Parts: sequence; structure tokens; C-alpha cells
Amino acid sequence: MTVKDMTKDPANLTMRVTAELAAPVERVWQLWADPRQLERWWGPPTYPATVVDHDLSPGGKVTYFMTGPEGETFHGWWHVLAVDAPRSLSVEDGFADEHGVPNDEMPTTTMSVELTADGDRTQMVMTSTFESQEDMDRLAEMGMEDGLREAMSQMDAILAD
Amino acid sequence: MVVRLMTAQRPADESVDQMDRVLHALADPTRRDIVRTVVRAEHSVSALAERFPMSFAAVQKHVAVLERAALVRKRRVGRTQMVRADLRALGAVHELCDQYETLWRHRIDRMERLLAEPDPATTHHRTEEERQR
Repeated sequence: MTVKDMTKDPANLTMRVTAELAAPVERVWQLWADPRQLERWWGPPTYPATVVDHDLSPGGKVTYFMTGPEGETFHGWWHVLAVDAPRSLSVEDGFADEHGVPNDEMPTTTMSVELTADGDRTQMVMTSTFESQEDMDRLAEMGMEDGLREAMSQMDAILAD
Repeated sequence: MVVRLMTAQRPADESVDQMDRVLHALADPTRRDIVRTVVRAEHSVSALAERFPMSFAAVQKHVAVLERAALVRKRRVGRTQMVRADLRALGAVHELCDQYETLWRHRIDRMERLLAEPDPATTHHRTEEERQR
């Protein structure tokens, strides 16, 4: 089991995931730092991600879009708040319109990742924080039940490999 | 950007509205305290007003928000309004948290799969086949 701990704290609008990954820190960092790698795990299999801009420096932007089964696209962006390669990354994570222009009306979350070496393995702690309860409300509005079912069937396929 | 990516379709509007009401209701610390209090035992609105230093009217207002979110139910006993928790609505919030959990579990599964592949940093030319895998 890769995921070691999952702390959900709705009252404080945060969620923390701790995972142990079977690779050194530098290699795990590449999952975030290499746009081609990022594309392959960020979105669910039915909504593959395409990373457009990828500047992982403080103040930098990462932009991407995901393509749905009917060709519809969903755009998103990260605004890099802090980066300490290959150990930590903190970004503001938000939505954009179909032209990739950040949508200020939509809620953002702050996502922080910390990588710690554990022998030749890596402990990854990912913390997501909602900006406000209002944002959490609006994210909840979007729902995702069907997407989840898709992801689960994909998971079964991976496990059957 | 977490939830949207998972969205294939929006759930039925009623359930969206309902989750909205629940999250809005629970955004306020006093209302969270009221829910905690009435989970343990049914209280009258006046007992709640004594317990939380605020007016009867203020408590009534909070209770009304909680009632609209279906987090509490009210019943009248003579001239007294009794409030008790209705925990079914809390399920929606837990569900949101569960969805985040599932999302990240899946992302981490995908990460693991990638890590099991040859390191692209040491592979100069990745073939199209590898890209698509």
C-alpha cells in the first residue's frame, strides 16, 4: 500500500495525503518537474492532461488542459508560490476559461508537496488547502461521481495488468 | 483544480443545492457547535440560547439555516421548539472528502506506475509507443 496516511479535516479546509513511493527523491520530483510525466498522472485516464506552459520557479505558471471523451477541454493553471527542487513545491491551483485565461470567479486551492528521502524510497506529503469555506462549497458543487466511477474501473484495469 | 478534473457530469441539481446548503451551514463555528450539541441530545431553542451566549432570535436564525440544510430537525412540544440533529445530510460532506481521497489515491497509483518505468531522464529518445503507454 503506497498511501500511508490520509488526513481529512473539513473543519480546517485541508486534506493531507502521505505516500511512500518506490523511487529516490530526484526521480519522484520529475513526476512534478517534467511536464510529460505530470501529464501522465494528473488527470484521470478518460481526461488526459496536456501541459502547455511549465515554469516551476517562484512566480512561474504551469498551464494545462484536459480533454474529455467527447473532445471537450477543461483548462487549469498553477501559480508557483515556492519551490525548492527536489524537495518541495507549493502552488496555487485554479481554473481557466477555454482560452486558458485564469478565471478569477472560480475557487482556487493551495497545494503543497514535500518530498523526503527514506533510503532509496521517498515519502511524499501532499497538502491541499481550500482558500475559504465558500471555495469548498463551490468545488463541491461541481461534483464528480461519474468521473470517479471511470477512475475506479481504470484502477481495476491497472491492478489486473 | 482537483474536483473539476474528475467531473464527467454534474450530479442532479438537487444534490448540488443540498451539498451547498450543508457546507454553507457548517461554515459557521457557532452552527457547528449547535450541531455537536444537538447530536448528543435534543435541546430546546431557549436551552441553546443559554448555552451559547446569544439571543433566542439569533439561535433561531442559526437553527433555521441548519434546518434548511437538513442537518437538524425541529419539533414543537407545547410552546417549546425542540432541536435535534439529522445526520444524514452530513454524509454529503464526508462524500466530498472521500472523493478527494479517491482522487489522490488514483493519482498516486498513476505515479507509482510511472516510477516503475525506466527513468525518462536516462532515456534519450522516448518512442511514440512509450509516450502512449
